[in-house]
Amino acid sequence: MIRVLTPLPVLLPLLGAAAALLVGGRHPRIQRTLSVLVLSAVLTVSVVLLTLADADGADAVSVGGWPVPLGIVLVVDRLSALMLVVAATVALGVLVFAVGQGAADGDEETPISIFHPTFLVLIAGVANAFLAGDLFNLYVGFEILLTASYVLLTLGGSAPRIRAGITYIVVSLLSSLLFLAAIGLIYAATGTVNMAQLAGRLGELPEGTQLLLQSTLLIAFCIKAAVFPLSAWLPDSYPTAPAPVTAVFAGLLTKVGVYAIIRTQTLLFPGGALDTVLMWAALATMLIGILGAVAQTDIRRILSFTLVSHIGYMVFGISLASAAGLAGAVFYVVHHIAIQTTLFLVAGLVERQGGSTGVDRLGGLAKASPLLAVLYFVPAMNLAGIPPFSGFIGKFGLLDAGISDGGWLPLVLVAAGAVTSLLTLLAISRVWSRGFWRPAAQTPAGDTDAAAAHDAGPELAAVPPAQPDGADGVDGTAGGSTAVRSRARQAAWQRHTAVATATAPSTDGLGDGEAAERPLRPLPRVMLGSAVAMVAVTVALTALAGPLYGIADRAAADLLDRGPYVDAVFGGEGRP
Amino acid sequence: MTPTVVLSVIIGVLYAAGVYLLLDRSLTRVLLGFLLLGNATNLLLLSTGGASGLAPILGYAEPDEMGDPLPQALILTAIVITFGIAAFLLAIIYRSWRLVRQEVIEVDEEDRRVARRSGTDADEIDPDDLAPEDRPAMHADTFAADNEVERRLAQQYSGMASDDIDLPPTQRRKR
Repeated sequence: MIRVLTPLPVLLPLLGAAAALLVGGRHPRIQRTLSVLVLSAVLTVSVVLLTLADADGADAVSVGGWPVPLGIVLVVDRLSALMLVVAATVALGVLVFAVGQGAADGDEETPISIFHPTFLVLIAGVANAFLAGDLFNLYVGFEILLTASYVLLTLGGSAPRIRAGITYIVVSLLSSLLFLAAIGLIYAATGTVNMAQLAGRLGELPEGTQLLLQSTLLIAFCIKAAVFPLSAWLPDSYPTAPAPVTAVFAGLLTKVGVYAIIRTQTLLFPGGALDTVLMWAALATMLIGILGAVAQTDIRRILSFTLVSHIGYMVFGISLASAAGLAGAVFYVVHHIAIQTTLFLVAGLVERQGGSTGVDRLGGLAKASPLLAVLYFVPAMNLAGIPPFSGFIGKFGLLDAGISDGGWLPLVLVAAGAVTSLLTLLAISRVWSRGFWRPAAQTPAGDTDAAAAHDAGPELAAVPPAQPDGADGVDGTAGGSTAVRSRARQAAWQRHTAVATATAPSTDGLGDGEAAERPLRPLPRVMLGSAVAMVAVTVALTALAGPLYGIADRAAADLLDRGPYVDAVFGGEGRP
Repeated sequence: MTPTVVLSVIIGVLYAAGVYLLLDRSLTRVLLGFLLLGNATNLLLLSTGGASGLAPILGYAEPDEMGDPLPQALILTAIVITFGIAAFLLAIIYRSWRLVRQEVIEVDEEDRRVARRSGTDADEIDPDDLAPEDRPAMHADTFAADNEVERRLAQQYSGMASDDIDLPPTQRRKR
C-alpha cells in the first residue's frame, strides 16, 4: 500500500501541471478545478502515508524497479510524511486563496494561465525533495521547486518584481551550484550518492574530509533555509511577489532547506562536528532577524524578517542533536510552515482592505473589518508564542531541550530565544496597534492613494497616474516619451521625499490624483474563506499538539537511530 | 577521466573567474559568471569518476574497462538544468533592460526608506554620492540631468543593447 502511494505526491502534481497547461487559459474554470482536485488528492495521499508511516515505520520504493544502490529511491519515514502533509495543507489553502484573488480581481477573461501549472510543479518539487532517498534526487527536487519559484516570483514581470527576482535567482543559483559541487565531492570520496549507503560510508572517511563535505552541504542548505549570515536575500526578494506566492514561499521553501539540514545533520553526519557553529548561527539568526523586523514598517517586510528570525529556533533545535531538540525542531517546522503562510495570506487581505501594507499608512482596520482583525490577531499571537497556542508549545519544547542540555552556549541560546519571542511580540503588536487599533482619523498626512501605491508596489502598480503605462513592456522609451518619463520621475521624487520626510506631498506632478478617501471594498468571500480555514488549521495545530508532538518525538528518535531509514532502503526488494 | 593537475587548475580558474563575474552589478556578467561556475562544477563532477575508460555501453566493452557512467549521467542532468535556467535568466535580463533601459541591479527602495527614517545607518546610501553607473535608473534622484544624458545616449547607441554603456559624468545639482 505504502509503496503504491509513495510516488504519488510527486507524480500527481506533475501530471496535473501538464494537464493544466494543456487546458490553458481557454478554460480557466477547468484549470482551477483541476489544480484544486490534484492538491486535494495529494493531501489525502499524504495523510494516508503519514498514518501508515507512523504505524509501520519507514518504507522505500525503488523507482523503475532498479536494485537499491543503483536506482533512485523514494523514502517515506515519519519526518518526510509529516512534512508532506503540512506542505500539501498549506499549498491547498494558498491555491484556494489565489483562485479567490483571481476571481475577485476580474481576471476571469485573461487569467495568467501559467500560474496553476507552475504552482503544481512547485509542489511536485517540494514533495520530491521531501521523499528523495539520494542526494542527487534531492538536488533535482530543489531545482524543480526553485525553477518554479523563479517563475512565480517574477510573475507579470513588473520592475520591482524583476529587481527582486534577480537577487533571488542569483542567490539560489549559487547555492544550487554549491550543492552540486558538494555532491560531486561526496561521490568522489565515497562512490555513491544514495543517502542510506552514504550513512555507512561517510563515517569511514578521514575527519578532515568529512568536515569539508559536511560544511559544503550545510552552506548550500543554509542559503536556502536563510540562516544568518546567508539570509540577506530573503527580506529583499519575498515582499514584492503577489500575496499567495509570498505566502507559499515563506511557508514552504525555507523549510525545505531546514529539512535538508536535518537530514544532513542526522543521517549523513551524525558526529555533531559542526553543532557549535550551528548554534552560533542560530543565535545570530534569531537576534539579527528579529532586530530587522523591529526596524521595518511594512507588514510583509516585518513578516519576512520574523521568518528569518524564527528559522533560528529550528537550527537551534537541530544543533542540540538530542532527541528532545530534534523533536522540538520538527514540531516547530510544522507550526511555522502553517503560521507563516497564514500570516502572509492575512497580510494580502490587509493590503486589499487598507490599500497598503505600510503600518504608517494603515489605521482603523479593527473597526472597519473585525473579522480581519481576528484573522490577524490569532496567528500573530501564535507566532509570538503566547500560550496556549502551538507557537508557545514549540518554543517551550525547544527551550526546555536547551536547558536540559546543560552547556553554557545552549543556555545563552535559550535566553536569546526568549528575547526573540518578546521582540516578535513587539514587532507584530506594532502592526496591531497602528494598523488595526489606531482610529482611522489618526493616520498621518500624506496618506494618498499614490503614496500607498508606491508602498504597496506591484499589487497596485497601475495606480500612480503619472507612471506611463507605455514604459511597461513597450519599446517606446527611447525617443519621444522622455517628457512623460521626466514627469513620472518628478512624481516619483515627490512621493519619495514625502515618504522620507513625512510631509504632505504636493500633488502637482501626480496628474489627477484621487482624493485621500479610499472606499472600503468588501473582501472577496473565497479569499476570506481560505484565510479563515488556514487560521483554523493553525488553531487545530494547538488542539492536536499532543498527537503531533508524539509524531515529532518518534520522528526524532528515528532520526537519531538512523537504523529505520537505512533498513527501509536496504530491507526489501522494493518494487512499485 | 583520470584527474590530472591540468583539470584541477582549469576547475579552479573557472571557479575564480565565475565568482569574480558573479559579484558584478551588471547582469550580463552575472549570467556569464553563472555559466562559468556551472561548467566548473560539471568538470568537477567529471573528474570524480576516477580513471577513464571505454564508453559504458553493455556489449561494447567489458565492465572493468568502462568509464564510470554515473558522473556522466549527473553532468547531463546538470547541463540541462543550467541550460534552462540560463535561458530564463536571459529573458529576465532582457525584461529588466526593457523596463529600465539599464541592466544593473538596483538598490532596494524599501531599504533606503528605512535607512532614511532612522537617520544613521550603515546601509544609508545617498544616490548622489554613487558613481553615475551605479545609480538606479527610474529613480527619484536621477530625474533631472540624467534624463538629458539618457536621451543623448539613446540616440547615440540606438539599437545597441549592451551593458557596456558607461554614463558620462554629469553635473550634480545641489539640493
